[in-house]
Amino acid sequence: MRHLISTADLDAISANLLLDTAERLKQALLGREVRKLPTLRGRTVVTLFYEDSTRTRVSFEIAGKWMSADVINVSARGSSVAKGESLRDTAATLAAAGADCVIIRHPASGAAQRLVDWGGSINLAQRAPSVVNAGDGIHEHPTQALLDAATLRERLGSIAGRRIGIVGDVLHSRVARSNVFLLTTLGAEVVLIAPPTLLPVGVADWPCQVGHHLDAELAGLDAVMMLRVQAERMRGGFFPSAREYSIGYALTQRRLDMLPEHAVVLHPGPMVRGMEIASLVADSPRSAVLEQVRNGVHVRMAVLYHLLAGAPEDRG
Amino acid sequence: MSSILIKSARPYGDDPVDVVLRDGVIAEVGNRLAAPSGAEVIDADGLIALPGFVDLHTHLREPGGEDAETIETGSAAAALGGFTCVFAMPNTDPVADSAVVVEYVYRRGREVGLVDVHPVGAVTVGLAGERLAELGTMASCPAGVRMFSDDGKCVHDPLLMRRALEYATALDVVIAQHAEDPRLTGGAQAHEGAVAARLGLTGWPATAEETIVARDCALAREAGAALHVCHVSSAHTVAVLRAAKAAGIHVSAEVTPHHLLLTDAVLSSYDPINKVNPPLRTGADTAAMRAALAEGVIDCVATDHAPHPPEAKDCEWAAARSGMLGLQTALSVLVHTMVESGLLDWRGMARVLSERPAQIAGLADQGRPLEVGEPATLTLIDPDAAWTVRSDRLASVATNTPYEGMRLPARVVATVLRGRVTARDGEVRW
Repeated sequence: MRHLISTADLDAISANLLLDTAERLKQALLGREVRKLPTLRGRTVVTLFYEDSTRTRVSFEIAGKWMSADVINVSARGSSVAKGESLRDTAATLAAAGADCVIIRHPASGAAQRLVDWGGSINLAQRAPSVVNAGDGIHEHPTQALLDAATLRERLGSIAGRRIGIVGDVLHSRVARSNVFLLTTLGAEVVLIAPPTLLPVGVADWPCQVGHHLDAELAGLDAVMMLRVQAERMRGGFFPSAREYSIGYALTQRRLDMLPEHAVVLHPGPMVRGMEIASLVADSPRSAVLEQVRNGVHVRMAVLYHLLAGAPEDRG
Repeated sequence: MSSILIKSARPYGDDPVDVVLRDGVIAEVGNRLAAPSGAEVIDADGLIALPGFVDLHTHLREPGGEDAETIETGSAAAALGGFTCVFAMPNTDPVADSAVVVEYVYRRGREVGLVDVHPVGAVTVGLAGERLAELGTMASCPAGVRMFSDDGKCVHDPLLMRRALEYATALDVVIAQHAEDPRLTGGAQAHEGAVAARLGLTGWPATAEETIVARDCALAREAGAALHVCHVSSAHTVAVLRAAKAAGIHVSAEVTPHHLLLTDAVLSSYDPINKVNPPLRTGADTAAMRAALAEGVIDCVATDHAPHPPEAKDCEWAAARSGMLGLQTALSVLVHTMVESGLLDWRGMARVLSERPAQIAGLADQGRPLEVGEPATLTLIDPDAAWTVRSDRLASVATNTPYEGMRLPARVVATVLRGRVTARDGEVRW
């Protein structure tokens, strides 16, 4: 593995390898006084974030540091053409300065892929950095899907054959896209549940089912993944009101009771309590929200490990 | 004025004949014609001769965008592409919304002299879509503007579009609409469909084009005006055009070479070289474009030649400007999509590249038959040649061709404008 841009690039073997590695790293760190592995000593990891993020950035930073990589955080602002340095120049600068890995979050879909392609054309003495997509526009967020899968595997024992509902603003969700491809690769059945206005035109081509009525789906689900209703991306008019959205799609106590006993509740965070998910549900033992965060660190350690560890010739 | 003898050319692909050009007109057509003294002899040896191409839709970027194209470089690209006449869209800086700017463009075109450059005037002041520009002044000034458009933006206010169409009838000019309802394309980045959904690119629904065209056809009917639809991209729009034409509405339409060839399948690299407005659509749409062009529902081909400097494309998709070069690749893409597929013969090519666009714009001396007494304005084509597109070898300042590295059929061997060779064997005759 050279880069991680999309979960669609992962086959079942490589996805499971990442999840197994995350599990092993988790065990290795369990109960340790000093949570530090020497694996990535001497490697330089840059997080390049063009969007606000607390959990993802912190998670990558901790993952790098627990593996002894030098982690540098770069916050960038604004679009490339409008003002300041272009994305390409920023990427070239980081590469020339010696970054082994660039973890990028960017508001434009495809920004991570562009970094990969530019890396191939930059004339440098050393090899171009590995690129990890930490969220590009409304395209993908592959490490989020991996941590969701890790959490589901832990809670349910397995993913193959499970039925997983993804609920809410699929249209603007990079989490939904990454999960649809990863979970189906791992053998799960995915059903997207949203009002038609929050589903992309063309969703029929995705390897999943689509429904509009949450109540009708609940009894058949092994897990329900609530998506953030991304207010800042809303251009208005996708649904009549927050109240009506809640009536149709919020995960309330009543709906929690309609799920099978074993079913798990996931949320990528940050949660909008009330509108998306009732506080009682978010804090219930059925909710795996904090496990997701914990697994996020291990999954990202696994990703960095597979991108950066090992002899350079293995990484070509 | 010097003379030219073209030996053994095939007008419209018909049997080979010799053609003598003298004093800017076609003087003789026949077999074994003698070269007038001092004449340049072009041994066409079976090359196809068509009337010079007319492009109703280019962006020559001057004034204001000279880092991407100038009237001089754009004229060179046009001549090399077989064009003898191009229309320059008004979204320059300053906008061509006054007699001053359109006269500048017209005069620069004349000074360069490689092709007839006709400025397109803006419909609204500053392309702002708020009030009409001085259409009458631009039409009656020396530039003699024949076509008006806010291209790049849609005249989306229905009342303003109605007024523009009505006003145009007194001037005998055509309003060319960039059909895109902006309320349906907010933030749009790609054709709304499976590819955009997968790539996380906000969709540009085909309905945003179709609904504006339907509305404008109704407005043109009531006004008795001539409407031209720029760069048709959707199969649904074709159905609207067919119905409008059947109803006797004075509407014409163009399609770009890229909407005949490329689909949104090429978007997966996120390389903005493929970003264009209207966006590349599906294979069903390109098939519909080809069929409509062959049938005549879409009247003509126009390149929407849109040069951009490297920094406008060498960035993330959302930040990139829309548009692609087209003048030097148009013929080859047309041969590939329309001739090789059997959809058009060379007479048909003359129709869509020269005759119809000249008629739509009301030009008297372009798109004329290759007959004695007609203007010596023609293009010689080698249909059997093939070439590989290299952006750094194109005449434009900008290099944003989506066909880089593609091997395409047919080559322009010579372009002649009123008896003057403007390009031959890939070289411009300045």
